[in-house]
Parts: sequence; C-alpha cells; structure tokens
Amino acid sequence: MSSVAARARVKRRRNPRRLVRRAGLNLLGLLVFAVIAFPVYWMMSTAFKQGGEVLSYEPQWLPTRPTLDSFRAAVERDFFWSSVRNSIIVVLAVVALSVVLAFLAAVALAKFRFYGRRGFVVVIFAVQMVPLAALVIPLYITLSAVDQVNRLSGVVVAYTALVLPFCVWTLRGFVAGIPKELEEAALVDGSTRLGAFVRILLPLVAPGLVATSIFAFIQAWNEYIIAYVMLSSQDRQTVTVWLANFITGTNRGVEWGTLMAGATLTALPVVVFFVLVHRRIAFGLTAGAVKQ
Amino acid sequence: MLPALAVIGAVLAYPLYKLAVLSFQQYGIAELISGKGTWIGLDNYETILGDRRFWVVLGRTVAFTAVTVGLTMVLSTLLALLLARLGAFMRLLITTGLVLAWAMPPVVAVTIWTWMVDYEFGVLNWTLSSIGLEYFDRHDWFVNPWEGWAVITAIIVWGAIPFVTITLYAGLTQVSADLVEAASIDGAGGFRVFRDITLPILKPIFVILASLSVIWNFQVYSQIWIIRNARPEEDYFLLSIYSFVESFNSSRYGLGSAIAVVMVLAMLGVTFVYIRQMTRLGEIE
Repeated sequence: MSSVAARARVKRRRNPRRLVRRAGLNLLGLLVFAVIAFPVYWMMSTAFKQGGEVLSYEPQWLPTRPTLDSFRAAVERDFFWSSVRNSIIVVLAVVALSVVLAFLAAVALAKFRFYGRRGFVVVIFAVQMVPLAALVIPLYITLSAVDQVNRLSGVVVAYTALVLPFCVWTLRGFVAGIPKELEEAALVDGSTRLGAFVRILLPLVAPGLVATSIFAFIQAWNEYIIAYVMLSSQDRQTVTVWLANFITGTNRGVEWGTLMAGATLTALPVVVFFVLVHRRIAFGLTAGAVKQ
Repeated sequence: MLPALAVIGAVLAYPLYKLAVLSFQQYGIAELISGKGTWIGLDNYETILGDRRFWVVLGRTVAFTAVTVGLTMVLSTLLALLLARLGAFMRLLITTGLVLAWAMPPVVAVTIWTWMVDYEFGVLNWTLSSIGLEYFDRHDWFVNPWEGWAVITAIIVWGAIPFVTITLYAGLTQVSADLVEAASIDGAGGFRVFRDITLPILKPIFVILASLSVIWNFQVYSQIWIIRNARPEEDYFLLSIYSFVESFNSSRYGLGSAIAVVMVLAMLGVTFVYIRQMTRLGEIE
C-alpha cells in the first residue's frame, strides 16, 4: 500500500504539467511579493538616495550612490527630537499604566466570578469598536474642561483607555490557563498569597505581559488623530504628527527624500517589535477561531 | 482588583456617554469656554438627517467600506490559498513581505503612498507613462475623485491584507488533509473542495475577519486626512471626516457628535455579529 503511494508520488513529481504549474505558482508568488513589499522598499530606497536621484523624471530603481543626507536632514528638521522624546514619554507611560491595570483586571476576570462579569466582557469588546474619530470629540471636550489639552498626560489617559480592552483580553487568556492547583500548592507549602502571586502567577503570565506591552507600545506609537487634536503646540507633538506635518503642514513642495527618511525612522521601532509579536496579535484578535 | 475594573469601565464608558450627551446639545466656541452646553433636544439630528450632504457621505462611507472589505477578503483568501500551495522558501518570502507591510504605521504608509502617487516625481506615474500610457504623464490622481478613491482604496487594502491573509492561512493549515483527500477521491474538483470543505470549516474565521475589517474600514480617517493635505474636499468626506470637520473646523461639536453617534449606531450591528461569533467559539463565557 505504502509503496503504491510512494510510486504514485514519484510519478506525480515527474509529470511535466505539474512542473509547469509549480513554476507558474512560484512566479505568481514572486509577483505578489513584489507588489506587497514594494512600498516599503520604495520608502527605504528613496531615503538613501541623493537629492538628484529622488527628484528625477527618469525612474531610478536603486540608490546608485547611497547616502545618509536625507536622514541627517530629517533629524535636523524642527521638532524632530522633541517629538521623539514626547513619543517615548507617552509610550512608556501608556505601557506601564495599561499593563498594570490590565493585569489586575485580567486576574479579576479569570479568577473571580462576580455579577455582571459577562456584561463587562461584552462592554470591553463593544467599546473597542467605537470609531476613534467619534471618541476624539468627547475626549477633547472633557479634557479641555479639566485643562488637560496640549498636555501629554491627557493623551496618555486616552491611549491607556484605548489599549486596555485588548490588553485585558490577552492577559485574561494567560491567567485563565494557569491551573488553580498551582497556586493552592504554593499556599499549602507555606507561601503567602502575595508570595504565590509573585512566584507562581507572575512568571507564568510573563510572556503575556511582554506581548501586551508591545501591543500597547505599537498602538501608542502609531496613533495619530488624538495626538493631532490634543497636542496643538509643535513642541508637544508626537512623531506621527511630526511626520504627517511634512505633508499637512506645508503649501510648498514636500521634501520627499527627507520625508521618506523620517518615515523610515518612525517605522523602525515598530517593525522591530512587530516582528517579535505579530503571531500573538493575529491570534488574539481572532481568539480561539484558530487553534494553534 | 475590582477597583481596577471600575476604573476601566469609567474611563471607557464615560467618553461614550459624553458623546451621546453632546449630540443633544448646542456646543460651540462659547460653550467650550464656559464648559457647559445648551440642551436642544433632537435639533442636531434633525439638521443632519435633513441635510442631503449627510446622506451622500453616509452612502459613500458604506460603499467605501463594502468595496475595501470585499477586496480585502477576496484577495486575502486567494493569497492564503496560494501560500498553502507554495514551497517553504516562497512562503517565507511572502510572509516576510506581509509582516513588513503590516508593521508600517498607518501614518508612515500614507506618506509612502503620497510619495508614490506624486504627480511630478511619483513612481506610479513614471511606470504608467513609460509603458505608453501618456495620460499618466504628470497626472494628478486627486482631481477626479474616482481616481483619488482608487488610490485611497489601494492604501487601505494594502494595509489590511497582511493580517487577514496570515490569519486565514493559519486557519487553512487546520483543514485536515484527510478530508480534502477523501473528497478528491470521491471525485470533487479543486473548486468543489474549496466550496464544500474549506469554506465551511473556515466560516467562523471569515465572519470574524470580515466584521473586524468592516469595523476598521468604516472609521478610516487619518489616511484620507493626510493624503488630502488636512484639507479634504467634500468629495473625499467619509462620516469620520465629516464629523471631524464639523467639530474641529466649524466648531459645531454638538453636530459633529450627532454624526459620530450615527457612526457608532451603525457599528453596533456589526459588533453584534462579531461578539456573537466570539461567544459561540466559547471565548466569552
């Protein structure tokens, strides 16, 4: 039986029609790759080109003499460093706040049964669906009433609220997966409740904490509309607002080389972290529909 | 730990409540300074529902969502099926491309596309005119709104495909090879296998991905705002932009809130489908 199957497989491999099909599929794959990756390639290749090669009426597919001039121009542009600093402050605060709050909430959701728990979960989901463009109006009105407009703290609160649902959700999965017996065993062995929490629960959810903090990091780093509305003075803005300002803040021609260098710098931290966690994010949003 | 839940509930729910209240108020510059709106009942809703512009924008938003989600789902499904048929090397190559595209922050993505479709030095016009399409020599893509929307659609779909494809591909690997083989032996062709085996198994994932995509694409904002230079013409209004412009450019926050409430209500239906599917999968117990 198995030898028949093996022979059939050999035969199939030799079949010329299959070979053609295989080549066709691979060609299609290459084409798809080219289309998907091109914008990213084009950003980087423009960033490394010299001024004359960027503004050329003839296609220059490769930077023939790569240079860092555009990067230099980008970091020397007004408000680059203050924007980077603001983004870092916002991101760190959002990550710290959201991870702590989300962890506590996740433990409560996973470990304790309480009235309205299911309703709470549904609310968490529903709020996630509310358009940002809709939320930014009440946020602006509310924060301006308490004098938090044009302050990083207002943006931090807003972002924390936005990333929390996903963080709670992801962490809940991790906490729920830990058998109660583990914690009980630690208690029986004379550990305090806090000790059990620190030594048993925390190490086990550590990967979840890493994943959620990277998620919060990416969201806070990428967000545009709230920062754009809330942070009106230029020395308060974040990097995305700084970057968009190349286009939205000018009536003259855009400096494309510098813009692409700035875009590369803006994307860089996200790309690094993204590569680390993209699987977790995909599976979190479709939780359970795909079993690993 | 319950206080943590309470804080979250308050922080999340309060803006929504505030939004609803605002939509029943007259709220302009004067009210912004005094911090108090004047209750005017349903006036804001009467204004927008009686405005033809609102219906045009609503129709455009629905059409835009349908087209981008449709394209995303179809292209991603084809791509996931292609991935499943490719060798390990090609699969890794394409997945790398997908993750790169996915990792681009939306603001970065839109600056790249703005550059690619630039009328003077953009790579798209170069390419099209160098293959003989004279029309695209120094062509401004945003004069004709249809072409402008084509560009915006491309940006959104390009950004949405990676997540959907990678998730669908992960789902495809769960479809048991035995089932497919059994169907093939029974004489089912490639398309029938897809329709009768793959599709039903993947259906829950399809429903979730489609409803997530609808939710995301219905609220597209920054891409259009930036590519239209923060001054979008009325032809480029979606509900999100319309609500934003009414609020922050015309300082009619009450009216803008009413438009936003309509958006939220429209999304509730889709959210319901999404949550029901998640509940069925036992994720919310």
